[in-house]
Amino acid sequence: MEDLQKLYDAIVDGDAKTSKALATQAMEAGLDPKKLLDEYMIPAMNEVGRRFETNEYFVPELLIAARAMKQALEVIKPALVATGAEPVGKVAIGTVKGDLHDIGKNLVAAMLEGGGFEIIDLGVDVAPEKFIHAVKEKGADIVALSALLTTTMPSMKTTIEQLEQAGIRNQVKVMIGGAPVTQKYADEIGADGYSDNASGAVTLARKLMGLA
Amino acid sequence: MHPLFQSLLSNRPLPVLTDGAWGTMLQSLGLPVGDCPDAWNLTHPDRVEQVARAYVEAGSQIILTNTFGANRIMLERHGLAAQAAAINRAGAEISKRAAGHRAKVFASIGPTGKMLMMGEVSEDDLRAAFEEQGQALAAGGADAIVIETMSDLGEVKAALAAAKTTGLPVVASMTFDSGKNKDRTLMGVTPEEAAEELTHAGADAVGANCGQGIEGYVDICARLHAVTPAPVWIKPNAGLPEVVNGQIVYRVTPQAFAAYAPAMREAGASFLGGCCGSTPDFIRALAEALMR
Repeated sequence: MEDLQKLYDAIVDGDAKTSKALATQAMEAGLDPKKLLDEYMIPAMNEVGRRFETNEYFVPELLIAARAMKQALEVIKPALVATGAEPVGKVAIGTVKGDLHDIGKNLVAAMLEGGGFEIIDLGVDVAPEKFIHAVKEKGADIVALSALLTTTMPSMKTTIEQLEQAGIRNQVKVMIGGAPVTQKYADEIGADGYSDNASGAVTLARKLMGLA
Repeated sequence: MHPLFQSLLSNRPLPVLTDGAWGTMLQSLGLPVGDCPDAWNLTHPDRVEQVARAYVEAGSQIILTNTFGANRIMLERHGLAAQAAAINRAGAEISKRAAGHRAKVFASIGPTGKMLMMGEVSEDDLRAAFEEQGQALAAGGADAIVIETMSDLGEVKAALAAAKTTGLPVVASMTFDSGKNKDRTLMGVTPEEAAEELTHAGADAVGANCGQGIEGYVDICARLHAVTPAPVWIKPNAGLPEVVNGQIVYRVTPQAFAAYAPAMREAGASFLGGCCGSTPDFIRALAEALMR
């Protein structure tokens, strides 16, 4: 259907006004929200990710695309929930204890939301107990840890250790990222995954949920 | 060219040596992780001066100030917004004391950590925060202002316009760390776009700092230099940090870093120093590599 292709384009182009209008029309026409999501909206975000990987897109394009996706998602959400569809997964995300930087964390949160995840944003300077609470009380499937400073990276390790001590390490996947973070560091502290950019974080989160 | 830059850049071999990292030095002097480094200008001025002095003694002809995160938007995260003017003024005064007649003080202005395009902050907010910071730095006696580690053209231009109101010469420097070739800022800005737009917006020098090691900045320096008649300012990291036995270390040695100094001179750098992970030893090594 031609209009749905336009929805795909609107998300890829970051045109939030159009994506919202088209999603609204599609719902009024009684189209299947799950089909809309799986066949047009998520593929659109995948295309955005591909363009980012190939340097056609940079962070600004990524952000406006995520915003267009979010607008369309909000429109179809009630119908989606009514069909019994669950979010792809719940992610508790935060910048670790001692670190007050939130740009990277916000970017990843926006992209994950665009990828169909439910986001529990715990903010900055987040103590391990708050992540534990999000897993125990809110059912987070993934804990996503961000750090910008080399000096606060050790808080990632502490957080993972505390998840272990709380006896919930095996209930949750842990992914990490941030300027000084590397795959090697992720392996060393026992994280389940690492991404060096916000688009890759979505691919990683899907993989951790067993979806990709 | 601004008269200060003219006198700094003529009658001496280029590039003029600037300084290295401050945050890691302050941490080795006892600044706790997660604490606001800029607040130390008021609470531990002696230790901040110790860092400034170490760079002057290493041969820095220009030192910066401990005010990188001292705009009110960043300080607000530590509940210190009300002290923004005092922190900046003290920061400039401390560096001036350490510099004496031996070095010039280029006062540091860093990003707010908020994104303009996401509507987290308005252009007016940015402008007001940077103007407050710039005026306080000027009042503290700064010789020039360096706006550094920027990734968004909108934010760096807001800072530039604000800093220019002081009448001091201004360096505008962005961080190139993104894209396959690491030649874009986080927001996708190329060296050519940066040099052109910042020169047009009135920067007295344009530059690149942080984000990657010195090897990647030789080409970026040449690209900036090719586009702008303004002097080029370069401050790369001491490579990227690695984790060794749970400790974070920068493996690049001062000598390995300084080995690129002649290439950087060839590429047109007028000012050269180091960013994260670099120390006074890096400045000494640069001076040696440039044979002075």
